[in-house]
Amino acid sequence: MQQPPSPAAFTPEPYKYGFVTPIDTETAPKGLSEATVRYISAKKGEPDWLLAQRLKAFALWQTMETPSWGKVAFPPIDYQDAYYYAAPKKKAAPQSLEDVDPELLKTYEKLGIPLKEQAILAGVEGAVAVDAVFDSVSVATTYKKALEEKGILFCSLTEAIHNHPDLVKKYLGSVVPPSDNYYAALNAAVFTEGSFVYIPKGVRCPMELSTYFRINAANTGQFERTLIVADDDSYVSYLEGCTAPKRDENQLHAAVVELVALDRAEIKYATVQNWYPGDENGVGGIYNFVTKRGLCKGASSKISWTQVETGSAITWKYPSCVLQGDYSSGAFYSVAITNHHQQADTGTKMIHIGRGTRSTIISKGISAGHAQNTYRGLVRMARTAHGARNKTQCDSLLIGDQCGAHTFPVIVSRDPTARVEHEATTSRVSEDRLFYCQQRGLSLEEAMALIVNGFCREVMKELPMEFAVEAQKLIGISLEGSVG
Amino acid sequence: MLEIKNLSAAIDGKEILKGLSLSLPKGQVHAIMGPNGAGKSTLSYVLAGRAGYTVTGGSVTLNGQDLLAMAPHERAAAGVFLAFQYPVEIPGVTTMNFLKTALNAVRAARGEKALDVMQMLKLLRAKAKAIGMDEDMLKRPVNVGFSGGEKKRCEVLQMAVLEPRLCILDETDSGLDIDALRIVADGVNALRDANRSMLVITHYQRLLDYIKPDRVHVLAGGRIERSGGPELALELEEKGYGQASAGAQA
Ligand SMILES: Nc1ncnc2c1ncn2[C@@H]1O[C@H](COP(=O)(O)OP(=O)(O)OP(=O)(O)O)[C@@H](O)[C@H]1O
Ligand SMILES: [Mg+2]
Repeated sequence: MQQPPSPAAFTPEPYKYGFVTPIDTETAPKGLSEATVRYISAKKGEPDWLLAQRLKAFALWQTMETPSWGKVAFPPIDYQDAYYYAAPKKKAAPQSLEDVDPELLKTYEKLGIPLKEQAILAGVEGAVAVDAVFDSVSVATTYKKALEEKGILFCSLTEAIHNHPDLVKKYLGSVVPPSDNYYAALNAAVFTEGSFVYIPKGVRCPMELSTYFRINAANTGQFERTLIVADDDSYVSYLEGCTAPKRDENQLHAAVVELVALDRAEIKYATVQNWYPGDENGVGGIYNFVTKRGLCKGASSKISWTQVETGSAITWKYPSCVLQGDYSSGAFYSVAITNHHQQADTGTKMIHIGRGTRSTIISKGISAGHAQNTYRGLVRMARTAHGARNKTQCDSLLIGDQCGAHTFPVIVSRDPTARVEHEATTSRVSEDRLFYCQQRGLSLEEAMALIVNGFCREVMKELPMEFAVEAQKLIGISLEGSVG
Repeated sequence: MLEIKNLSAAIDGKEILKGLSLSLPKGQVHAIMGPNGAGKSTLSYVLAGRAGYTVTGGSVTLNGQDLLAMAPHERAAAGVFLAFQYPVEIPGVTTMNFLKTALNAVRAARGEKALDVMQMLKLLRAKAKAIGMDEDMLKRPVNVGFSGGEKKRCEVLQMAVLEPRLCILDETDSGLDIDALRIVADGVNALRDANRSMLVITHYQRLLDYIKPDRVHVLAGGRIERSGGPELALELEEKGYGQASAGAQA
């Protein structure tokens, strides 16, 4: 009696980025209080107006309740049992790349993040400027000089607070106010680092800008805050990446990202999210509770969010667009993969205010193992949104029969001339597709990765070329252990 | 060479192959004919290792290697290629990317170096041209929206690219117009060589005018009921399976 052998029992490749950097760390005293907020602000040498804003946000947060509407389950978080500030010890802030702690440079090398500048020649494609954030501080920003020549500001938020206070004061919190939600209020109180980008009028940013977030310290929350402002007729493409060591306890990551696009400006924001997802039994992993919102403030401005979400134990995020300028447009392209015991509740909000505004939503959810994957979306057409259009396409793919996919689209339309289209599908990876690929020489895992990548193609093609290949591999790795 | 001995196989508990034996020497082309539902596709799936097809007895070796002990992709690496009766669509994966991934996977399994982008492009273009396939087809997702004939042509393209040792063609001629039949047959003939064996499943003698078989077998009742030279196909065409079999028994 013989059966075609089932594909060799498969050992998933361990999370590649799970190492810890041995480095002396300075942390705030454990716990969260007004004193913690003051400690962080003092560490950063912040002006009084910012401390006042933080304290106000903290007071507000204390009156708020944890949101419970998401389709995610986790035990209550003990906010007193964590650290809110962690920074590698150092004598003085590094002035140049040569001054950066070699242990840190080694870390980024291991992560595959280039912290060296290649000599940039006029017109060279493919260079990426990186801001590297390690726990609560930025350790290096590359290509700053080259960008400054064009008037582009790309630095850590802390630096921007000191060097460009007017811009920060004008825009910080203007898109996501502390009152927006529980985690946004928490972030406004204790945010530690993030990136700041300003593209001046009429400038097309000549390279990809990128921030790489790394959580290293144990038991520490990361609360970064990113602010990108694109002035009239400017363009920027930005990529965010993230990893964390493998640990048994859950760690909280509650970030805020704000984008502002002025007249005819365009911002493309891409995320490849690969926080530690926990092990195959659901132990450990990052809680990724993030508020991301873009304001298309100017007429004919454009903002797009592209995300490939493969990591985190729990993902709770809804990158959104407020389409205020007439004829502005927003897009959300998302791939969310959950395996083992991961939970993702993600989607977007498209708020149409200006006339002739357009939005596109393409969401691809893939669940395997015991994972739960939810799309949650809101399309709102205000009374003023004459002739506005939205097109939403939501596809779910299931691998195995222990996982779940859920779709909660909400449409609110107050303008009779606005049009909203919604399409949703749920499917399984079919045996005949897998067999067809296997017959051509692919192992079961390779076949699965290829088919899933095909399923995600409309989203993957929105990623900057430099990262598309990495993202494709990541999809394969995330699915490991899901078949066999 | 391919050696099938006393092979029995079942789907969902239903026995389809019942002690089938066949030997296909290196360099030869054998045709398999037989009525609908006789188990021809089942045989091809069992040889390729499709899940759900339970082998209940017998053995299959390819050049001395036990095929039945291998996973489907290992069989592919060992040189088994199946041109599907019903080729499968893979949305979002371009034919180019599919062929590239497949060829490099098979090369890796055979200990050969991966081809780089330029080498691959050159190879695929040349092979597509030889089979009369428009290069633009390579940019379309695998089989999605392809016409019946285009799908079959795409199967032969894949076969030409992967250069297998054992080609199983399951009704590759059905759905082809007369010109396409000739082009596909030419493509198959171009692959004939002393180290490659072919099992050609067909209902029509017409294909065998183009691809001259060394032997013709009739699969019926779950086994090879009758074998003969190319003239057997002509006889079947004329008399049908019922009478031809009756003749054989007489
Ligand atoms: N899942 C299944 N359960 C039960 N019987 C099945 C199943 N799949 C196939 N069969 C049966 O197996 C038999 C052989 O089918 P197969 O496809 O191998 O025939 P074939 O010789 O290729 O026919 P055709 O010439 O029409 O292509 C048929 O009777 C078919 O109905
Ligand atoms: Mg058949």
